[in-house]
Amino acid sequence: MSDGTPKTNSGRLTAIAPILIALLLVAVFAKRLIDIQGGLDPNQVKSVLLDTPVPEIDLLPLPGRGPGLTTKNLKGEVTVVNIWGSWCVACLSEHPLLMKVAAENTIPLHGIAWRDEPEASLRWLARNGDPYNLIGQDPISEAAIAFGVTGAPETFVVDPEGVIRYKHVGPITITDWAETIAPLVEQLRQ
Amino acid sequence: MNPEIGHYALALALPVALVQAFVPLFGAARRDAALMAVAGPAALLQMLLIGTAFAALTQAFIASDFSVINVYQNSHTAKPLLYKISGVWGNHEGSLLLWVLILAVFGAAVAAFGGALPDRLKARALAVQGMIGTGFLAFILFTSNPFLRVNPTPAQGLGLNPLLQDPGLAIHPPMLYLGYVGFSMAFSFAVAALLEGRVDAAWARWVRPWTLAAWSFLTVGIGLGSWWAYYELGWGGWWFWDPVENASFIPWLTGTALLHSLIVVEKREALKSWTILLAIVTFSLSLLGTFLVRSGILTSVHAFASDPTRGVFVLALLAIAVGGSLTLYAIRAPKLEPGGLFSPISRESGLLINNLFLATAAATVLLGTLYPLIADALELGNLSVGAPYFNTVFIPLMVPLVLLMGIGPMMAWKRSDLAGVLARLKGALFGVGLVFALALSLSGIDAIDIAGSAGIALAAWLFFASFTEWAGRVRLFKLSPANLWKRVRALPRASHGMTIAHMGMAVLIVGVSGSSAWKQENILTMGAGETITVAGFDVTFHGAETIRGPNYESVQGTFSATRGDGKAVTLKPERRIYDQPAQQTTEAAIHTAFWADLYVVLGEGPADTGRYVVRAYFEPFVPFLWYGILMMGLGGLVSLSDRRHRIGAPLRAASIVELAKG
Repeated sequence: MSDGTPKTNSGRLTAIAPILIALLLVAVFAKRLIDIQGGLDPNQVKSVLLDTPVPEIDLLPLPGRGPGLTTKNLKGEVTVVNIWGSWCVACLSEHPLLMKVAAENTIPLHGIAWRDEPEASLRWLARNGDPYNLIGQDPISEAAIAFGVTGAPETFVVDPEGVIRYKHVGPITITDWAETIAPLVEQLRQ
Repeated sequence: MNPEIGHYALALALPVALVQAFVPLFGAARRDAALMAVAGPAALLQMLLIGTAFAALTQAFIASDFSVINVYQNSHTAKPLLYKISGVWGNHEGSLLLWVLILAVFGAAVAAFGGALPDRLKARALAVQGMIGTGFLAFILFTSNPFLRVNPTPAQGLGLNPLLQDPGLAIHPPMLYLGYVGFSMAFSFAVAALLEGRVDAAWARWVRPWTLAAWSFLTVGIGLGSWWAYYELGWGGWWFWDPVENASFIPWLTGTALLHSLIVVEKREALKSWTILLAIVTFSLSLLGTFLVRSGILTSVHAFASDPTRGVFVLALLAIAVGGSLTLYAIRAPKLEPGGLFSPISRESGLLINNLFLATAAATVLLGTLYPLIADALELGNLSVGAPYFNTVFIPLMVPLVLLMGIGPMMAWKRSDLAGVLARLKGALFGVGLVFALALSLSGIDAIDIAGSAGIALAAWLFFASFTEWAGRVRLFKLSPANLWKRVRALPRASHGMTIAHMGMAVLIVGVSGSSAWKQENILTMGAGETITVAGFDVTFHGAETIRGPNYESVQGTFSATRGDGKAVTLKPERRIYDQPAQQTTEAAIHTAFWADLYVVLGEGPADTGRYVVRAYFEPFVPFLWYGILMMGLGGLVSLSDRRHRIGAPLRAASIVELAKG
């Protein structure tokens, strides 16, 4: 038999538990907001890999679409690597920008198709356009883990020595591109 | 009307809300009838003032008054009238104004029609409404003022995001807000009851209609959002477990729990403190949803332009509302009178288990949504969870809940006989077996076919069991048609409503299972005269032409689809490029044949070849999602029309109906 109304000591605890949980959550949110005001961009997470050489990767190509992506391809010139997947809704929102970047043809843009069926990746590219120079498929997250990817989309800028110089989490906006990524690419080229 | 009048009315609404928040509260504590009586007129005046502000902003949008920054940023002269109006709430500032308008309308409804409410409960509930209003009005006036002007006046506006220029999305936010804000009534009554130190059947009777209305609107609102994603995003999906979607779904889950636990309070005076907690938590989660969407602390495809200053303000509001109400709960809940006892096999237990499943599901979705934040705060690294997490944990919680939904309504209060209930459901069980066998024989025996068929069988269980319960109550098959009709009329509307809503859930489950299991797609680069095949349909492309819409240019393809030797249907998918802002949208062409959709999307092709990438989807049972959601919303409204739920219905009338139904 129960009546759902706390009256014992454990009942008192049950009554206090909700406020404790709520306070904890508020603290978590407040920390996040303070971080954001302190300059943290929620879309740009500090990566342990920043300013370290790109991890060793050797990714298979999508069937019928040129060569795959290896570490060698990320050396010798400034490159941009974009992590995406056909399942990723947010990737769709940055896609027109990537298409524009590809059309300008000023910088090699490579893709890593993360946790995706190769057919689905190809269909997605056929549907939305294919801005990538090289694409490697990463079905079991080996590259994603090596790059410290937290979610799709994510974009890395790699300098000519193959060192990761910048990481952007989440969709890139026109502002991100014009004010951060494009100037950085220019700077790295000099 | 002049925007300044709106601005002025909005500024006046703030002190009025402050008066509404504190004078009646003070009056209730001192048992001063005159002070308590301030609540009603203050609530009505608040609605008038906020209504004036909203009308002024709407007028500025209709007249394309670009001297108002908000209009400049979100409207355009070439936009159709419907989207000029929906542009009012298609942005952060305007949507908040809509939010407080709905809050004020609900408050005024309590003031105007709450004559039968105990004076102190009414004064306190309106005071809490006044506090919520104060917080949001301050938020609008200090951080998100929609009436700010710009000089010189721009000649043309920047336009509304084309994705939002859609009839479904035009009414989606008002529906959602009617739901969110409706739960504020349950919250206000819960806080008032805690202040009072008394929760009883009469209290539950007061809160139920508000909760029911809020739930119905939220159900339809979420459904509209899902429907929009399905036809507008152009890839045939209808739920993405995106943070913003989850933000509306979590309060729906706890709101559904609240709806059911209120019944236990009303009928049996049990589960009181749990119900109070649910009322507080449901509205808190609605506020949390507002916070997540506005503050930009999580990445989402649906994000409005976000601003951390606003985030701090909403977080402060959230902390005060949630912290204040839950502290009050911690102090007062242990002192609430214990309620009636019940055995483990009873209607009460059934509803309690229902609540536990729904609350667990809500906590699970909340955890998944906030996981990136929590992991970050605990320095666990940057982690996020996606659709696989949600599907893995959510489905196992829903299956037992749905099984229980079939049995629960047949259980008696206090002590029930499970064997007897199951015996009555023999026919339903037989039907489930039949449906499962039929689904398997039509689909196949692959793992996915078995999973899909099992989902359909689960839906059949809920459908047949609900029907059996209803048939038992109206004594279908036992009475002559004339007597049967009398019996149907005599059965409380709330019972009909429950049956419709539960059957709607069954229909929804058919949609979820069927579309997940048996969706088919095909993709082809096509020129005119070529044919693509999907699920036995031959879809022939007849070419594309450029057409001009009111504020966009569109490439429209013409397709005809036939299956076997059936009649051909014409499909005209589009790819639009809007003038301002210059953004592209896909308009899928969908042909609905009662139980399935044929869904064709025109993609881009190689430039200047006259060829296009065409995607054709066969979407079985997707229409059932919308039928199911409509049935659930309808069930809520039918239940709301029950005499016992009518606001201000005399209690005596209610007990007469109770007796009649006996």
